[in-house]
Amino acid sequence: MISFTLNGQPVSVEVEEDMPLLWLLRDELQLTGTKFGCGVAACGACTVHIDGIASRACQTWAADVAGSEVTTIEGADSKAAAAIQQAWVELQVPQCGYCQSGQIMSASALLSEVPKPTDEDIDIAMDGNMCRCATYARIRKAIHRASEIMEA
Amino acid sequence: MLHYLDKALAAPKPSRRSFLKMSAGAVGGLLLGVPVPKGASAQNGDDGLIQPFVHITPDNRVIVLSKHLDKGQGAATGLATLVAEELDADPAQMLVQFAPSNPQVYANLLFGVQGTGGSTAMANSWTQYRESGAAARHMLIKAAAEAWGVATESITVSKGMVSAGGKSATFGELAAAAAKQPVPETVTLKSPEDWTLIGKKLGRVELPDKTRGSVGMFGIDVQPENTLIAVTARPPRFGGTVASVDASEALAMPGVQQVLTIPQGVVVVADNTWRAIQARDVLSIEWDFSNAENRGTDQLIAEYRALLEQPGLPAGTRGAGAAKLSDAAEVIELDFTFPFLAHAQLEPLNITIEYDGSRARLWSGFQIQTIDHNVASAVLGIPFENVEINTTWAGGSFGRRAISDGHYTAEAAMIGKAWLEATGSARPIKMVYTREDDIKGGYYRPLHLHRVRAGVDARGNLSGWEHRVVGQGIMIGTAFEDFLVKDGVDESSLEGVNDTPYAIPDMVVDVHHPSVGVPVLWWRSVGHTHTAYVMEVMMDRLAAAAGRDPVEFRLAHLEGEPRLAEALRRAVEAAGEVPSGMHRGIAVHKSFNSYVGEVADISLRDDGTVKVEKVACAIDCGVAINPDNVVAQVEGGLAYGLSAILREEITLTDGEVDQFNYPDYTPLRITDMPEVSVEIIESTEAPTGVGEPGTPPIGPAVANAIANATGQIITELPLSKHGLA
Repeated sequence: MISFTLNGQPVSVEVEEDMPLLWLLRDELQLTGTKFGCGVAACGACTVHIDGIASRACQTWAADVAGSEVTTIEGADSKAAAAIQQAWVELQVPQCGYCQSGQIMSASALLSEVPKPTDEDIDIAMDGNMCRCATYARIRKAIHRASEIMEA
Repeated sequence: MLHYLDKALAAPKPSRRSFLKMSAGAVGGLLLGVPVPKGASAQNGDDGLIQPFVHITPDNRVIVLSKHLDKGQGAATGLATLVAEELDADPAQMLVQFAPSNPQVYANLLFGVQGTGGSTAMANSWTQYRESGAAARHMLIKAAAEAWGVATESITVSKGMVSAGGKSATFGELAAAAAKQPVPETVTLKSPEDWTLIGKKLGRVELPDKTRGSVGMFGIDVQPENTLIAVTARPPRFGGTVASVDASEALAMPGVQQVLTIPQGVVVVADNTWRAIQARDVLSIEWDFSNAENRGTDQLIAEYRALLEQPGLPAGTRGAGAAKLSDAAEVIELDFTFPFLAHAQLEPLNITIEYDGSRARLWSGFQIQTIDHNVASAVLGIPFENVEINTTWAGGSFGRRAISDGHYTAEAAMIGKAWLEATGSARPIKMVYTREDDIKGGYYRPLHLHRVRAGVDARGNLSGWEHRVVGQGIMIGTAFEDFLVKDGVDESSLEGVNDTPYAIPDMVVDVHHPSVGVPVLWWRSVGHTHTAYVMEVMMDRLAAAAGRDPVEFRLAHLEGEPRLAEALRRAVEAAGEVPSGMHRGIAVHKSFNSYVGEVADISLRDDGTVKVEKVACAIDCGVAINPDNVVAQVEGGLAYGLSAILREEITLTDGEVDQFNYPDYTPLRITDMPEVSVEIIESTEAPTGVGEPGTPPIGPAVANAIANATGQIITELPLSKHGLA
């Protein structure tokens, strides 16, 4: 039995210790907001927060999150996440949108840590999140915009 | 190609007309078997006003039925804009749903079947969806006039409200009465000066949901209760087959329900995706490669090079063809090599099927619904009307989901059938590709080689152009062959060369389409992905040979092409002065009836790699229905092209694909993204393509900038081969 906090609620699940958190979330707990892109931590589509740190769910074992607080896009309600979501719509960031759960989780973790990021901060925080539609220019602008929204 | 698929598509093959007839015939009668009503006058109105493209619900929502897949290109919002404009709806009340599969009602008017691609969504829907909105508006007005006892002329409609005198009503309040009105035979559309939504910024209808996890939107997120997961072990060489399989270890793994052998490979069905993948890893399979493609890309390139020495199929001649080369003052001769490319859309291919032996329901980001529908019906051996095709939002496509042989629908149908036979159960099954399945799975942009000899005369004008292309034709052997391949020549290998807008008075083009067992497909902007590169790199070399400025040289050869010339001028103007420390390259190209100029400014990093710093772009795509979406598509389109030229390449060794996943097939990252400006050229012409035309010019613009920076002429892609990326 693996117990952890998921989006603020306690959960206990009976799964293999080495089942990736991604598939635990998607297939066992029916939380499909966290996306499968590559399975090898190379695209960032499965980014979630584990104890506030942006992490790739596809390369995190179920056993690794025992006792942790896991937040997925469905439960992203921090000040930073709300600002990011608002800026994302304002600047019309998503195209296909498939990577955007991961982009938003990475960007909100960045803003929680660094409220006024530079372009270089953004490059470092977001380089692991691939967007095949290449919405990168708008992602960059929207992170700066979200930073303003948070200040206001 | 799998035999049963040839059979399944035998009927639609002969011509475009019979393809449509076959599909339509299979439907039975107009609108039969789909949840689209038989005409408003037949409705009792309880569900509001229901027309094939527009529903108005009693709770005051306007639902637009999108016949087009939306894979991020914004088609859904585009169609909603057209309806809302003519209906005078409030944008906030607009919703979009994907239309059911019915080629009689929802055909792409340019294809004759229901499908999305070739940047045609707005072009073919432009009149149809506006007329649908105008018809619904007319019926609402008639209903209000009857209810209020006033003349229709006294009624106004604005932002979702119908008003006359002191009376007013919402669309929802009038919907039931409007449903009883006859559908008008003809409608008058607004003049452009009366537009309030077309050409303005209308936010994309689905974006708020896409910032909250896109719950239930994508095919891969469809999981009806009790859904099982299927992953397939496919032959590691294209055309291979299963010789024998030992599944005993896999069957003993937790969660595994069945191991099924189908023509495409060996399928593990399990209760969880990870468990299915784990079990697939321990399958012991012997493959039969006797009919497989066993060549590697080095060998293919060597064979293609040999073909460059031999005359190909004649594809086009202008004037005196190559003969003029003997008069040329300078001749430039270059060979080009373009690799196989994977689409690598972020949502891996997937399809969910629920099949009980007589009826089937399928969910996926279907892109050519008529083909997928026919293939599912043929493979399952059940009538067309017993198959329900549910189109979901798609996590990218770039061409990958527009499959002319319906291969993954066929595979899912095979799995559904084999599962039912093995278990008697009708549980839904979701077939999922892993990223490795996707990267190694073929349907690539085909490998192409070009050889060009072109000259300029003593006055610096083009004089003779000889062009040979070697590459697989993507239409050859598909349902589209008979109307897109002529005399053996697949135009999709030559578009952008054969029909070049440049005034080249003397030109000759020929082509070889070698038979290769690697499945190939259209890839964002199709043939233009390589033809634009060749044409625009050549134009820079020829301008240099003529001692002319590359912009002036192009403009001099575009006198009959004012829209293309303007796109180039505007892009150059927008780019301004070359920033210090940077090097500039330009390119201009027409594709999908749109005109795009791009100016790339690059710098060289200390390690010798290229950083594309800025791109200025100008596009003429006719009326820009949603200008911000046009900008987004051009930004993304050119970045997709940039991604390809930097590092993307699929290679094969002895028939096996060398790359496996994003660590070694490496699309663009945020750190590679240039600053992009996009200028939309004002136009009153009908809308043309937007999703693809931004892609072709970026490659040659960057290549020309590299040539200007270093003198190196890049004729073999990607740039990473040369240490430049």
